[in-house]
Amino acid sequence: MDSVIEALPVYLDGFRLTLYLAAISGALSLVLGTVLAAFRVSPLRSLRLIGTLVVEVGRNTPLTLVFIFFVFILPGIGIILPLGTLPAIIALTVYTSAFVCEAVRSGINSVGIGQAEAARAIGLGSVQTLTLVVLPQALRTVVPPLINVLIALTKNTSVAAGFAVVELTATGRGLARDYPADVIWMLLGVAFFYLVITIPAGAIAGSIERRVVFSR
Amino acid sequence: MSKSVLYDEPGPKTLRLERNASIAVGALIAVGLVFVIIGMAGRGLFDDRWLVFTDPPKGQTAGDVWGSLGRGLRATLTAAAVAAPVAFALAFLLAILRTSGSRWVSRPVTWLIEFLRGMPVLLMMFFGLLAFGLSAFAAVAFGLILYNSAIMAEILRAGLAALPKGQVEAGTALGLTRWQTMRLIQLPQVVRLMLPSLISQLVVLLKDSSLGFIVGYPELLRTMQLNYSFFGDKYRFPLFVVVLIIYLAVNITLTRVAILVERRLGARGQSGRVATTALPPEAEPEPLGRA
Amino acid sequence: MRTRTIRWAALAAAAGLSLAACSGGTDSDPDAGSSVDPGSFPAGSTMARLAEAGEITVGTKFDQPLFGLQGPDGKPVGFDVSIATIIAGELGIAPGDITWIETVSANREPFIQDGRVDIVVATYTINDSRKEVVDFAGPYYEAGQALMVRADDDSITTPEDLSGKKVCSVDGSTPAKNIQDNYPEAELVTFAAYTDCLDPLRNGQVDAVTTDNVILAGYVAESPDDFKVVGEPFTAEPYGIGLAKGDDEFRGWINDVLEAIEADGRWTAAWEDTAGTVLPTPEPPAVDRY
Repeated sequence: MDSVIEALPVYLDGFRLTLYLAAISGALSLVLGTVLAAFRVSPLRSLRLIGTLVVEVGRNTPLTLVFIFFVFILPGIGIILPLGTLPAIIALTVYTSAFVCEAVRSGINSVGIGQAEAARAIGLGSVQTLTLVVLPQALRTVVPPLINVLIALTKNTSVAAGFAVVELTATGRGLARDYPADVIWMLLGVAFFYLVITIPAGAIAGSIERRVVFSR
Repeated sequence: MSKSVLYDEPGPKTLRLERNASIAVGALIAVGLVFVIIGMAGRGLFDDRWLVFTDPPKGQTAGDVWGSLGRGLRATLTAAAVAAPVAFALAFLLAILRTSGSRWVSRPVTWLIEFLRGMPVLLMMFFGLLAFGLSAFAAVAFGLILYNSAIMAEILRAGLAALPKGQVEAGTALGLTRWQTMRLIQLPQVVRLMLPSLISQLVVLLKDSSLGFIVGYPELLRTMQLNYSFFGDKYRFPLFVVVLIIYLAVNITLTRVAILVERRLGARGQSGRVATTALPPEAEPEPLGRA
Repeated sequence: MRTRTIRWAALAAAAGLSLAACSGGTDSDPDAGSSVDPGSFPAGSTMARLAEAGEITVGTKFDQPLFGLQGPDGKPVGFDVSIATIIAGELGIAPGDITWIETVSANREPFIQDGRVDIVVATYTINDSRKEVVDFAGPYYEAGQALMVRADDDSITTPEDLSGKKVCSVDGSTPAKNIQDNYPEAELVTFAAYTDCLDPLRNGQVDAVTTDNVILAGYVAESPDDFKVVGEPFTAEPYGIGLAKGDDEFRGWINDVLEAIEADGRWTAAWEDTAGTVLPTPEPPAVDRY
């Protein structure tokens, strides 16, 4: 226990990097994921195809393989990215976008068909129907699963530990090495810092959800 | 599906736009592919390293290599097949308890769910292994079950929240108890409504078994790493390609099977926009549990 | 390419032979596995218990070139594996009755403490903080941290030259910590396995790879055109055999075995069959009976 407190500054460094990775990749994947979802329900077949392809590959591949692709396979075909946070952010964003897309699409499906019919009946085009009528209502069902996706992302940043990013998990591994007598305490310390992010995130989601439900 | 509702049938103008867009995208992909293949060939990615699958070096046989990948795949599937049904059953329990009328029940369950979904799976596996003395396999299953039951419970709850209130009111009016309303009216609709999310989660579960390497569970991804550690790093590329294909094949098959199930469920309840006919109870969790 | 294939074939054959040769207490008798009498060990000792059971669980690494690598056929090979096999043989346990468990850096101590493994032979550096929770027999080998760079790079020869350069190692490892603590001007890049450092070094994404000299030598042997090891090792990494804390009887016995095999040539044979295929044969280090 004492060693956890002793190691606090080290934890905080890792924690900061984890937050950074989660925030940047989270924001990017919310945007990319929503665009992909729009692609997937768009009238243009080629757009639907791209959307489907990215989502299918993204959500059916383990994140570690996505990381291996951006860190080791891309340099193998001549695209050399600097090691560190950049390939990590790209890998996390591509992977998470697939899940954001699916969550948003689930939400779109949950909106009553009559809503879209009504929107079309008053002459809105497909983009307007989506952005003005369907998506705002879809938000209701989408918020909790989206928060789940973002919480999963926060924890998924731990995979970056194996790919040249010293975030929280990598920090924990180093501390476990430095304090072999306190391995379990060191891991509990890591768990604590993840919970510091994820539990408030869950609570915020809960309150947003309640508010959205009331405004129905 | 909402597909045909969001837009009109494409007219001549849209069709032309679509054709042009398809050609542009196709050309872009073709150029990209040529670039990639030239780049790969230039770096020797098509040389004898592919022999690792037919005539591997270091005194191993092709059978050894494929055998190890097969054992890895089996370990991955076993972990998922054990964890998924248990996680799903637990998720139902958690979701029902969380939406229960009593605060004394719903509060602690809410905390439990928050805690479980906030913990990295990897750490749960580690605790299973070190703190509870489980075997590597049990530790992997332990982590997968706890984490995924919390996530699936949240998915089910979101679905419950999205159901029109009239459904519950109608149940009450019929004289059904709360539990009967839940079982006969709400859950069957929720499962169908949230099926895409649930299926995604099953695939996540399957993929998360790959975190088992941290506790020494030799699943597919770890097998790949051990193979290229053994043969040398130039074999990473062929092994990566084959393992990627295996994962995609398994997961996409899983998704397709689940979509077939979804269609079947959908066809049964088509009498209304929101199903009013209750499904027999055994039809609820069973199709997903199969994964 | 061809010579490499032949060398690996020879290595595999040698490893197979050495496994067979080690199966008994004496080299001449292939069935000697059961010839050790459990009664010859002090009653109640760990040796008696293991010999009685006829089984032993050994923790080793599955991804360390030359020391512990698991092939696709499921059999681990390497110097650590050979040493553990010899020790098991001295207990009358045949190689087939050894259960190999992969121990990664983070779980070696807990596995020993829980009794999940009987011994750990896993490029396991003896140090004081580890001695607080486990005990070590040996050392049976002394490695040292060294640097590997691109074959055409002459700008780095000592760790002092790493200032401002990117150096690659494994996340949470002792060599990584050493760089972090003693050469803070170097930019440390860490991956999950040393194999992962090789492509970035080739591509120029990092300037050096650092870990124990023996592991680096294995990589240079595989890609002599790409890499070279520079300078002298700048740390001492005595590899020990980890066992339960306080089991001094067992520790003393393993130390006896190590001294015996260092004297009768079995240590050298095990080395030459494994790491010795690419490295010169060193003098075995003196056992430290602390």
